Amino acid sequence: MIRIKNMYKIYKMGDVEVRALNGINLHIKPKEFVSIIGPSGSGKSTLMNMIGCLDTATSGEYWIDGIPVENMSEDDLAALRNEKIGFIFQGYNLLPKLSALENVELPLIYRGIDSARRRELAEAALYRVGMYERMNHKPKELSGGQQQRVAIARALSNKPSLILADEPTGALDSKTGIEVLQMMKDIHKEGNTVVLITHDSNIARNAERVVRIADGVITSDTTDVKDVVTG
Amino acid sequence: MNIGMAFKMAINSVMSAKIRSFLTMLGIIIGVASVIVLVNLVTASTLSMRSQLESMGTNLIQVSINRGGWGQTRSVSLDDIEELTGENSDLFEAVTPLVSGMGVIKYGTNNVSSSLTGVSEDYLSIRSREVVDGRFITETDCDNRSNVVVIGEYIRQELFGSESPVGQTVKINNEKFTVIGLLDQKSSNASSGSDDDIIIIPYTRATRLLRNANINSFMVSAVSSDYMSEATEAIENFLYKKFKNDDYYNVLNTAELIDTIDDALGTMSLLMAGIAGISLLVGGIGIMNIMLVTVSERTREIGIRKSIGAKRKSIITQFLIESAVISCMGGIIGIVVGIGGSYFVCKALSMDAVPLANQVTVISGSFAFSALIGIFFGLYPANKAAKLNPIDALRND
Ligand SMILES: Nc1ncnc2c1ncn2[C@@H]1O[C@H](COP(=O)(O)OP(=O)(O)OP(=O)(O)O)[C@@H](O)[C@H]1O
Ligand SMILES: [Mg+2]
Repeated sequence: MIRIKNMYKIYKMGDVEVRALNGINLHIKPKEFVSIIGPSGSGKSTLMNMIGCLDTATSGEYWIDGIPVENMSEDDLAALRNEKIGFIFQGYNLLPKLSALENVELPLIYRGIDSARRRELAEAALYRVGMYERMNHKPKELSGGQQQRVAIARALSNKPSLILADEPTGALDSKTGIEVLQMMKDIHKEGNTVVLITHDSNIARNAERVVRIADGVITSDTTDVKDVVTG
Repeated sequence: MNIGMAFKMAINSVMSAKIRSFLTMLGIIIGVASVIVLVNLVTASTLSMRSQLESMGTNLIQVSINRGGWGQTRSVSLDDIEELTGENSDLFEAVTPLVSGMGVIKYGTNNVSSSLTGVSEDYLSIRSREVVDGRFITETDCDNRSNVVVIGEYIRQELFGSESPVGQTVKINNEKFTVIGLLDQKSSNASSGSDDDIIIIPYTRATRLLRNANINSFMVSAVSSDYMSEATEAIENFLYKKFKNDDYYNVLNTAELIDTIDDALGTMSLLMAGIAGISLLVGGIGIMNIMLVTVSERTREIGIRKSIGAKRKSIITQFLIESAVISCMGGIIGIVVGIGGSYFVCKALSMDAVPLANQVTVISGSFAFSALIGIFFGLYPANKAAKLNPIDALRND
């Protein structure tokens, strides 16, 4: 599903170089549920942006479903994101002027799906996350947990093979956090590849595999999730 | 993404900030409205001048001879006119000398001072007027220098009130005349100075009455308006042969006059449209300004859209349609304001409003122009939005 070889992302701030990713090698198989964990500033979000094709690396190679992405045009990357990746962000990133339904329809619009089918798929996705009754609400009329569920529905609506979640529970209280986490597990059970980014090892432990990252390099990679220490 | 969706989104976004959208449109509204009002104003005055000229007849040629300096009596004789007419009987329909001056006309205790014109029997057909009561001057009246007079509606009202004028005896410059006819009313209220303020007598009689034995002016009607230039040329050639100087006479034809007025007013309406076009341009810059603000305010939205698969084209389309919607709405409001405005301005200047059918060009033109302006000035902001890097846009708060 994902193969990253020798990836570097270097930010130059005047004379200072920040090596956000300092030689990452990572292979994620289809239908895996992987957590990426590390302290703040370790490069987790940077890595997620790379995996999500939102940003380009300074050097290194990256294949998604066997497709090399280094030399793809911006529009091709957009199409790739639309087709293969569903994003779940810490800050939900819903469009405030659109209703829940319209937000969920958005990836389908860019996919070019006709309105009847679009509505059907969007409603199914909202139903899936338990937000069917509130599909006509605007994001500000919803609680944080509800907004995140709408965001999950949006990520699922296009039936992508990869779900990328960056601190999806970061802004939620523990109870709703657990609900969202359960949803991620369900999504995985349905046959999706899930990459979950977090700084919390208790959350990371929900995955099948935990990749630890520090200062832009992978320091451990284990499927023995019970061994992942807190902190 | 399809265009219908983009329109819906654009209208939503315009409607969600009504005051701002309205202020953004204001430049376009003012621009379009002023184009329409100005062009309509010019058109209305052209139409009213034209209709005045056309009511005189489009086949009229008026010739006036400059009397010359003090004591000079440059003029044409009746023989000259007859010679000219004889030579050009294929071009001319009718000719009448015009001997004009001021006359005071009295009936009982009423008197009016008005312009007095001596004409031949052909005057009526040349000016396409009619006698509504009695008869017009005849050839016999001219030959006999009869003391007969035909009056206009204004003179009738002033002198006779409710009495019937035909058959009455009046005094013109203290000489007795019999009223033989009443001309049809030409102006709406038959006021002083209008075409109805007119006293007509045989030209042979006028030369005596006005103590002016010379004919300084005459009027010719061509067989049709198609022969105007030939007829005018014939007259000019004849007069040049006689006077050897083209400053000594003046030949005016209504067709040329209408053309001249059309030309002048056409230029004027272009100029007006140009000036108003500048305000449209300023309106366009206003749109660009706001669209740039909108793009930077919506950086995050653009980032989200891109992250879930919006291509450059979709983002460009979205913002272009938004600016086109703003400018087109402005254009439509401007058109409504402009049509209403021109109606009231024409009313205020007591001109006939321009029929809507004649406004099609200016309306569709200014609408198309405002749409183009929206697209043109939206291009830069839309492109700026589309070029945003998704990750930079997402990071923006
Ligand atoms: N646009 C940027 N310009 C310069 N430096 C950047 C930029 N983005 C990230 N960095 C740097 O790269 C490093 C990794 O940042 P990143 O956001 O990936 O961390 P993180 O692991 O997601 O942290 P957190 O848990 O706080 O979200 C940090 O040192 C950060 O300062
Ligand atoms: Mg982060």
